[in-house]
Amino acid sequence: MAMAALRREGRRFAPLISPRPISAVRSSPIVPTHEYEGPIGVRYISTQVVRNRMKSVKNIQKITKAMKMVAASKLRAVQTKAENSRGLWQPFTALLGDLPSVDVKKNVVVTISSDKGLCGGINSTSVKISKGIYKLNSGPEKETKYVILGEKAKAQLIRDSKKDIELIITELQKNPLSYTQVSVLADEILKNVEYDALRIVFNKFHSVVSFVPTVSTVLSPEIVERESESGGKLGELDSYEVEGGETKGEILQNLAEFQFSCVMFNAVLENACSEQGARMSAMDSSSRNAGDMLDRLTLTYNRTRQASITTELIEIISGASALEG
Amino acid sequence: MKGSGPPVATVLVASTVALTSSSSAEVQHVSFSTTSSNQVDMVIVPATTGQMGVLPGHVATIAEFKPGVLSVHEGSETTKYFVSSGFVFIHANSFADIITVKAVPLDRINANLVQKRLVDFTLKLS
Repeated sequence: MAMAALRREGRRFAPLISPRPISAVRSSPIVPTHEYEGPIGVRYISTQVVRNRMKSVKNIQKITKAMKMVAASKLRAVQTKAENSRGLWQPFTALLGDLPSVDVKKNVVVTISSDKGLCGGINSTSVKISKGIYKLNSGPEKETKYVILGEKAKAQLIRDSKKDIELIITELQKNPLSYTQVSVLADEILKNVEYDALRIVFNKFHSVVSFVPTVSTVLSPEIVERESESGGKLGELDSYEVEGGETKGEILQNLAEFQFSCVMFNAVLENACSEQGARMSAMDSSSRNAGDMLDRLTLTYNRTRQASITTELIEIISGASALEG
Repeated sequence: MKGSGPPVATVLVASTVALTSSSSAEVQHVSFSTTSSNQVDMVIVPATTGQMGVLPGHVATIAEFKPGVLSVHEGSETTKYFVSSGFVFIHANSFADIITVKAVPLDRINANLVQKRLVDFTLKLS
C-alpha cells in the first residue's frame, strides 16, 4: 500500500543502506513502513500517522491502568475471605491427610479457572496440570473425568478432551462468592459424578505476585476405609469412634461430602484471589509497555517534525539564494 | 474440672456465610478461621445423638452435629454460640476441632428478629 502511494507520486523508494544513521527510526517496530529515507529534498510523510498512533497508545495505557486499580480493589475484598476460609479444610487434612499419590480407579479432576481473560497465565497452568493428572492416572481399568468451573478452562479443554468432560459450570462470580453457592455446586458434582478420588486443581494465592497451582485430593469413604486398613497415614483413623447415625459408613459419607464442599469453597476463593492478582500484574506490565511505546513514538514524532521543518527551511533558503542568483 | 489430664483445647473453625436475603445487614456474621484456639474445660456439642459433653481425656471421636447451641465452659464462665451443622473431631491428645459453617455468639442474636425472619422465609418456601 505504501509502495503504491510512493510510486503514484513518482518517488523512488531509496535503498535501505543510507549514509545517515537511521537506526532509531528502523528499530521501532510500530513505525509504519512508509517511513523512508530519501535523497535530500524529498518531503517526509506527515506526522499525522504518528500522532494517531500516539493517541491510541495513550488510551490503552489509561485503560490498562484503570483495570489494574479495579483488580487491586477486588483483590482486597476477596483476600480476607480467602484467608479466613483456609481454616475450614485444615482440620480435615489434619485428620484424613492429603494423599495425591493414592491409586484409585475413578478419578475426577475438578479444574477451577476464571471466566474473564486478561489475567496472565494462571488458567493455562491450571489446564496444564489437569492434563498432567489425567495422563498420570491413565491406565487399564482406570478412568479420569473432568469437571470444569469457568469459561477459560472450558475453552481449552473442550478442544481435545471433549468426551471426558462430565460437567461444565460457568458464571461463578456473578454473585459474590458464598458458602451456600459452593455447597450447592458441590452437591451437584457429587450427585452426578461417580468418583473414588476428587482432585481439585486451582491456583493458591500466596501473595500478590505469587500464585502456585495446587492440587487438593478428597477421597471417597470407601477409599478412606481401604487406606486406613492398609495402614500408613490414615492408619489411626480406625482408632476414632464414630458417634451417631445408623452406621459408621453414613457418617463417613457425610464427612467426605462436607470435606469436599469446604475444600471447594477455599479453592474457589483462592482462585478468585489469584485471578485478580494475576490481572493486576498483567495490566501493570501492559501499561508499562504502553508507556515505553509512547516514549519511542514521541521521539519518532519529534524527529519527523524537525526533519520536515528543516526541509522547508532548506527549500526556502535555496529558493531565495537562487533568486539572488 | 482440671486434674484428669490437660484441659481440652478447642479450635473453633467456622466461616462467614452471606445469606442472600434482602436485609442481610441485620444478620450477624462471625468468622473465626484458624485462630480461635484456646484452652477450655468443657465443650457441649449438639450432636445428632443428643447433647455431647467433651472433657479432657475424651476418647478419639468423629461426630456429626446438627444446628444448635454450642457452649464452651472455661472456669466459671460459659460462652454460648449458635452453630449450623458440622463435624467435631476429638483427638486423643485432648484437642477438639469443631468445624462448622456458621457460628454466632448467642448474645448477638435478636430473638424477635429471628422469629420474624422465620415467618418470612416459611412463607417464601411454601
